[in-house]
Amino acid sequence: MPYAPKLQESASQTAGPYVHIGCMPNTVGIHGVYDHDLGHEMITGDAQGERIKLEAIVYDGSGTPLKDAMVEIWQADANGVYNSPEDGRPSDPHFTGWGRQHADHDTGVFTFETVKPGAVTYNGVTQAPHVLVWITARGINLGLATRIYFDDETEANAADPFLSRIELKVRVPSLIAKRDGNTYRHEIYLQGDNETIFFDL
Amino acid sequence: MSSGYYPRDLDLHPKAYTPGYRTTVLRSPQKALIGFDGSITEFTGPTFGHNTIGEFDNNLIVNYAKPGESAIGERIMVHGYVLDEEARPVRNTLVEFWQANAGGRYRHKKDTYLAPLDPNFGGCGRTMTRDDGYFQFFTIRPGAYPWPNGKNDWRPAHIHFSVFGTAFAQRLITQMYFEGDPNIAICPIVNTITDKSAIDRLTARLDMHNSRPHDMRAYRFDIVLRGKRSTMFENRKEGN
Ligand SMILES: [Fe+2]
Repeated sequence: MPYAPKLQESASQTAGPYVHIGCMPNTVGIHGVYDHDLGHEMITGDAQGERIKLEAIVYDGSGTPLKDAMVEIWQADANGVYNSPEDGRPSDPHFTGWGRQHADHDTGVFTFETVKPGAVTYNGVTQAPHVLVWITARGINLGLATRIYFDDETEANAADPFLSRIELKVRVPSLIAKRDGNTYRHEIYLQGDNETIFFDL
Repeated sequence: MSSGYYPRDLDLHPKAYTPGYRTTVLRSPQKALIGFDGSITEFTGPTFGHNTIGEFDNNLIVNYAKPGESAIGERIMVHGYVLDEEARPVRNTLVEFWQANAGGRYRHKKDTYLAPLDPNFGGCGRTMTRDDGYFQFFTIRPGAYPWPNGKNDWRPAHIHFSVFGTAFAQRLITQMYFEGDPNIAICPIVNTITDKSAIDRLTARLDMHNSRPHDMRAYRFDIVLRGKRSTMFENRKEGN
């Protein structure tokens, strides 16, 4: 029999409708327990790189924006380095790389104030500038992982190893945010003809 | 240098489309997930210093209470280890938890259940694991509550958990149940998991050994995250 690890991973369960109580209590009016909500600020000082705003909307199968979801993003700094001991290279001390937001109550837009990530070169492999996105909500049993790339990085995107392995090229645009000034806008579709690409994290 | 994580056994996790839990119908991707070996992006993740955590962050009995008061309900301590699939400790990782109060009501404007809010209970807490992966927190046992799904669905008493691990590949949100609760077996959310042993592993055990006499009972709950692959130290011959 093939080798089996000692333990099995704990099963996921939905984050439910009240995920914000646990992860961003101040945004739902629970004050005085935590000074501030983690992930709210990604830029903590004079971070290098271009300041951008990343705006995303997540649509369900009826075309309705998810307003009760929580979205997290994880990205490299402007030099393409992750603020993580697992990366091992010194990263920008004024940039966390990790953001966590709720949707705007009226529009359903998730807004991240961040810097544009650099291309990431690690172990001889170069990835185009990109952001990892993780979506949890009521009705989502296992957090959904996708990526956001940038529409003004045509050449880098064409050489990106993740985008290159997507067989159905018609689906690639579902991963690319559109620039408008300093804002990149992105739409995520959970279902339908334009269903966004999600990957096995 | 990071070399990746054990592939996730998706049969242990709930499928995206589980119509018994009706909200999944419109929120489940219908196309296959793209299989991807992962990259440095997924093999890294945010870390948090122990100074992130305030003195009472791991005590839901008092962290929202007025001075000298405390939350209403059965006092419990929940503890266990965050481990990876090779039973190695996941150290210094952030564990967040949230729950309803003893009557089954969340402090949230969208929760309109009849059970009253407890003015001394907020419902959130967090802690960091120690070097050996151990965590503990103090709370009151949450109540079961009804929810709109079928005609008469009730959630078993549960605590929600969010865990980071050392890399985004290990990121996990789940729920903890309480041993002996008859609502576990009939809950449509629990039953999105088809593997009975996986449900069993989300069920905390009453731990009388670590209970404090005349004060609080303990529940033991371990969390397992994906295992980290070994680095291959392969010398390559020139030209290969
Ligand atoms: Fe809940």
